[in-house]
Amino acid sequence: MTRRVVIVGASAAGLAAAEALRSGGYDGALTLIGEEQRLPYDRPPLSKQILDGTWEPERVMLRDERELGKIGAELLLGHTAVGLDTTSRRVLLDHGGSVGYDGLVIATGVAPRRLPDADLAGIHLLRTLDDALTLRAQLLARPKVAVVGAGFLGAEVAAVARQMGLEVAIVDPQPPMSRQFGDQIGALIAALHRDNGVTLRSGVGVSRFVATDGRVVGVELADESVIDADLVIVAVGAAPATGWLADSGLTLANGVECDAFCEAAPGIYAAGDVASWYNPHFGVRMRVEHRTNATEQAIAVAGNLLGDTRPFAPIPYCWTDQYDAKIQAHGIFPSGAETLVLSGNLSERQFVVGYCHKGRVVGVLGWNMPRGVRELRRLVVERAPRKATTVRNPIFDSRNTATRPGRVRT
Amino acid sequence: MKVTIDMDRCVAAGQCVLAAPDVFDQRDDDGVVVLLNASPPAEGADAVRTAAALCPALAITVED
Repeated sequence: MTRRVVIVGASAAGLAAAEALRSGGYDGALTLIGEEQRLPYDRPPLSKQILDGTWEPERVMLRDERELGKIGAELLLGHTAVGLDTTSRRVLLDHGGSVGYDGLVIATGVAPRRLPDADLAGIHLLRTLDDALTLRAQLLARPKVAVVGAGFLGAEVAAVARQMGLEVAIVDPQPPMSRQFGDQIGALIAALHRDNGVTLRSGVGVSRFVATDGRVVGVELADESVIDADLVIVAVGAAPATGWLADSGLTLANGVECDAFCEAAPGIYAAGDVASWYNPHFGVRMRVEHRTNATEQAIAVAGNLLGDTRPFAPIPYCWTDQYDAKIQAHGIFPSGAETLVLSGNLSERQFVVGYCHKGRVVGVLGWNMPRGVRELRRLVVERAPRKATTVRNPIFDSRNTATRPGRVRT
Repeated sequence: MKVTIDMDRCVAAGQCVLAAPDVFDQRDDDGVVVLLNASPPAEGADAVRTAAALCPALAITVED
């Protein structure tokens, strides 16, 4: 019987786990440990409404003090877990103390990857609310902006900066978001940024930052060209925050390695960005850095901690907002998957594309078609065979067609 | 149970419709949430709570 639960990480997943434990009937001791002093807040708006200034910072708070109080948890904010002793079942804290548990939830998320020499003035990362507010203040000074990395974060930041009327360049060896969604969608997102006036430097990486008096003035690329920039945002992905678990004996590969129940060791679970688990729906191990998964996985973990034995088999969901494009995706998007237009068409930038892998639909991606993509998600739920998609809808096979808008066979 | 939505926060994820299709729908054009029933019956309460929890934009508030 679990009587003492400790949750390490007080962001979306940690908070959701705490609430789900209580709503699941757990009435024992509960401790929530958070690295930041701030009350738990939401991250997706940081690179959108906080950066573009449409929201005051208070709007990203996940719960107010009264709501947090209702959970009945000991909230240790401003504390960092520095170690885990699975023999004595204690979490070690940076201030020297430790907290005992019989059930543990690891929800420490990810930390942004850094580049060498990125401590120069004018080079920024974006992970926390403070990072976003600092960056917002810098953007208001109307700098020339270079964004290094064109994943979710880099692409969104570039869009915000461009919409503020700033000069913006994106550097990435690959087209924007092509690592996430493949070359076809990558080419469309590249076109979206170009149409909005962003300078896109794909196919080439960064070799170094150019600085004057300790302040960045440009980014030198591998082809020796230089992009002038007074503000550089480094958005080259993030790594699971597992440093504190190095001596714990837990298996750490790409995150905390868990089974299909999100259990890493007896009584120890992981949820959110930090968790790698076997998703039986797709038959693959995965780690998901998306907002919805943080909540969904935390709820599953809370249930299993309280005695459920339910494998966690979600259809991951994510979205991004850039300019007038709302891109939403359900499922997984393995490299090499075949893409099929299921609804709408690419040239009008309103469509749903299905991703087929090993003969089955494993993902659907919608571009400005929120209802359509939600309805076609059922193909992922059903693991629909590829041939089922061709009889449902007038579609075309996109494997060998050009992907730039206007040049697509529709 | 009383359900309120904040259309201004909504990001059109549609997670609410997946969780509780009797209570939530989406607008055709932009996918923003449409509340079909602000006082759903007790038997659907768990689904509505799930919808509120899964909403990635915290746009759904449930009061018992």
